[in-house]
Amino acid sequence: MGLNNRRAILRDALGIAVATGAYALSFGAISVTAGLSIAQTCALSLLMFTGASQFAFVGVIGAGGSPWAGAATAALLGTRNALYGLRLAAILSARGPRRFLASQLVIDETTAMAIARDEPALSRYAFWVTGAAIFSLWNLGTLIGALATHALPDPKVLGFDAAPPAAFLALLAPRLRAREPLAMALAAALLALVALPFVPAGVPLLIVAVIVVLYGVRPR
Amino acid sequence: MTWAALLVAAAVCYGIKLAGLSLPQRFLEDPRIQRTVPLLPVALLAALIATQTFSSGQHLVLDVRAAALGVAAIAVLLRAPFLVVVAAGAATAALLRLAL
Repeated sequence: MGLNNRRAILRDALGIAVATGAYALSFGAISVTAGLSIAQTCALSLLMFTGASQFAFVGVIGAGGSPWAGAATAALLGTRNALYGLRLAAILSARGPRRFLASQLVIDETTAMAIARDEPALSRYAFWVTGAAIFSLWNLGTLIGALATHALPDPKVLGFDAAPPAAFLALLAPRLRAREPLAMALAAALLALVALPFVPAGVPLLIVAVIVVLYGVRPR
Repeated sequence: MTWAALLVAAAVCYGIKLAGLSLPQRFLEDPRIQRTVPLLPVALLAALIATQTFSSGQHLVLDVRAAALGVAAIAVLLRAPFLVVVAAGAATAALLRLAL
């Protein structure tokens, strides 16, 4: 039973890792098209290791925004990982150096895999194998995507500059099933476009973030 | 400057993850934080989609990228896998640029 469960977890973890590896190919390509070097692209996947934040960082720079506006957007998108850590803390009970290692692996996929188990030992196993598998293939996929795109004479001919909005839409779609997030998404898009002609690139996103925070913490 | 911003952003993203595993549980259980944090990715991703599709620098524009986003939206509605959605968007922009 235990063996079978672990085998099933390992199989699922590898499946998710292959899918995120393919996603990393597109990240590598989009990042190099946005003007980042191969080393910068790979550093993002190694050090930041949280997909939406990485796409946002290169997306803002690709649109002509300041790298600091990109950094702020990436950090804001990463805040959800703190809530994942909160849920995982009791399950993992990682102390000392293990906690520092575990932290880097706290992302959407590892959280989903860990909290789906009934036994704490299986949750921990799911977290670590999913994290290790995704980290490996995410970085490998990034490197391959970056190298392949670097070899192209003009990536824009292939429409790679139109890829980030498509990628963001695919990331966003599963979160839009309820009415409040859908209304929030439409309002945010409209607000960003209204602000765009009046402020430097990247800043419309920060205005949106401030308004969302004010909306979220308002007294009710 | 890109390197500095990159390293700072990576450090902040790591600090956020570490904080989740380390902070007292009651801090992150505050209902205002529980409510606000899930809304941030939704709003920021939507704003990113809008600004990257309909702008060039500080100007609002309507070009082949809008059509690319439309095709990507159809792919999402048809529950296409992630890479298919991205490839459909990119291919639409590339083909329209060739045709126009």
